[in-house]
Amino acid sequence: MLQINNLHASVQDKEILKGINLTVNSGEVHAIMGPNGSGKSTLSSIIAGKDTYQITKGQVLFENKNINDLKPEERAHKGIFLSFQYPVEIPGVSVTNFIKTAINETRKAKGEEPMPASEMLKLIKEKADLLEIDRKFLSRSLNEGFSGGEKKRNEIFQMAMLQPKLAILDETDSGLDIDALKIVANGVNKLKNKENAVLVITHYQRLLDYIVPDFVHVLIDGKIVKSGGKELSHELEEKGYDWIKEELV
Amino acid sequence: MSLKDKLVSAFFAFENNLEGNSPIHKIQSKAMKRFEEKGFPTKKEEAWKYTSLNSVIKYDYSIFPTKEHNVELKDVRKFFIHDIDTYKIVFVDGIYSSFLSETTHDNMDICLLSAALSKPKYSAVIEAYFDKIAQKDSITSLNTAFAKEGAYIYIPKNKEVEKPIEIINFATGNESALMMQPRNLIIVGENAHVQIIERHQSLTENPVFTNSVTEIFAEKRAFVDYYKVQNDKPNASLLDSTFINQDTESNCAVHTFSLGGKLTRNNLHFYQTGNHCESTLKGISILNNKQHVDHHTLVKHQAPYCESHQDYKGLYGGASTGVFNGKVFVEKQAQKINAYQQNDNILINDKATINAKPQLEIFADDVKCSHGCTIGQFDQDALFYLRSRGIAKKEAQALLMYAFANTVLESVKIPELKRRINKLLANKIGVNIGFNV
Repeated sequence: MLQINNLHASVQDKEILKGINLTVNSGEVHAIMGPNGSGKSTLSSIIAGKDTYQITKGQVLFENKNINDLKPEERAHKGIFLSFQYPVEIPGVSVTNFIKTAINETRKAKGEEPMPASEMLKLIKEKADLLEIDRKFLSRSLNEGFSGGEKKRNEIFQMAMLQPKLAILDETDSGLDIDALKIVANGVNKLKNKENAVLVITHYQRLLDYIVPDFVHVLIDGKIVKSGGKELSHELEEKGYDWIKEELV
Repeated sequence: MSLKDKLVSAFFAFENNLEGNSPIHKIQSKAMKRFEEKGFPTKKEEAWKYTSLNSVIKYDYSIFPTKEHNVELKDVRKFFIHDIDTYKIVFVDGIYSSFLSETTHDNMDICLLSAALSKPKYSAVIEAYFDKIAQKDSITSLNTAFAKEGAYIYIPKNKEVEKPIEIINFATGNESALMMQPRNLIIVGENAHVQIIERHQSLTENPVFTNSVTEIFAEKRAFVDYYKVQNDKPNASLLDSTFINQDTESNCAVHTFSLGGKLTRNNLHFYQTGNHCESTLKGISILNNKQHVDHHTLVKHQAPYCESHQDYKGLYGGASTGVFNGKVFVEKQAQKINAYQQNDNILINDKATINAKPQLEIFADDVKCSHGCTIGQFDQDALFYLRSRGIAKKEAQALLMYAFANTVLESVKIPELKRRINKLLANKIGVNIGFNV
């Protein structure tokens, strides 16, 4: 589904990604772990199409097509979703109105009619229940005054509504207490199937107890330096990142 | 003949209809002298540094249209808040339209200034209030000199007006170019409540020049909620000067929505003369093409324990220009006041301009005054967030513009008006943002 070949990227001439290779197939859960400043968030932003980064070398392929030059909205229409580490506050636009707009814009791009209101309401109710989201929450302004946990839960709610093929969860566990973490992880697990894939970006192993990865990759200084199964995440939790760095030297 | 010369000579004809030695006549003669001395303001004056009237005063306006022009209700209905019941004071080409209006004298006066100026029973009120707080600058003086028609609203003590009052000035375009000078006098008694919506609306593409002045007196604990809807035709220009005097514990708010028109200048002055007043000044300007909007606000804190809140948002597209000059003046005796001023601007186009000038003059030593002013472009992170959800760039920008303006919109207290403004904003932004705002 997602194939990244020798990806180099920089921001204002500073190279941040220095040759990433990664393949994610349908039905798989991958975790990318790494210390602060290793390039994790850059990688997720580049897959989603943020244009403040320049790809200097390499390719990002989605369903075998090069998406290097696609706009963020075009990638979304193809089924790529990024759950933001810091979701943006949009006062005056309710959660419901926002998600309606997002869904119908995607349908419009595909040449489809807007989703009928009754169907939309049903879908909203179903997904809100899945993430234990209160009705009142849905009429609040998007992310405005939300707690860290509410913001993240709202991200996963949007993911549930948009039903992407590839979901990238960027530090979704930060700002979550253990109960919220369980609800969010449970939501992600229920949305998971053979047709889609999840890429979890995280600093800590904690989230991976609940969203269990098939593969774990360690990103340090813009490169994936080690890959393995879920046991790798436990090892990192126990020993930190320094031992890998030492191995590299 | 320049417009100034034309006005000066027109005043002689106007003066002939005034009562010889009446106090009003004296006020008007003096006002005319002031205008004659100063003329129209030019960019040489500090307060007009960024606004030139040259493109407005170049036309040969007719100053006193004598013919009464009728408009059909069906053609203008959309300019009223027609989904609720309101009082209406409506003028067509400067002349009162009894057909479109709904006035009252039932325990309050919602009627015409011409009646108040001419009938003896109002003379005591006129003498006490007329031209008492209006500035003596040239354009206000010009309006005072020709003051004849406009809204007269007198709400007595303890009266809560049960529905909003709409003041609408239509220009039909039957004159090839028309100048109008409406004058409003509004007195809100102790504990009285009133909501007012003011609109100037041209119905054609002909040049229209409106020089409007409003004086508002809020007595003790009075509550005044005032809205200005400025969405006029591209060849209509407006000078709007509003002066508000607030007595103890009164609460006054003015919201100004500047979306249309060619050149708009808003002079908005608040004078807090009693303790524990609250003043709110808010505005949204969304401009494109060569539109020009200039907000000049003044809050004069003359008494202790008062508050003032200002929040102006501007979105400038095309080659439009905006001006925000917000002055807060705190006199020595105005201790323990809290004055807040915020002005945020987004330049959508490289050719657009904003001139922002916050001014604070503080002579008291125990006060809280703050101001913030931002000029920027779209928040790129916010734009990326919306686009990553499948919303195209143009629509995403529209959502951000809407969100940006929303802090001003949320304090609109008349729901039908709020819906209307919402639609005007969405239309002006020019995109269907996918849901009914």
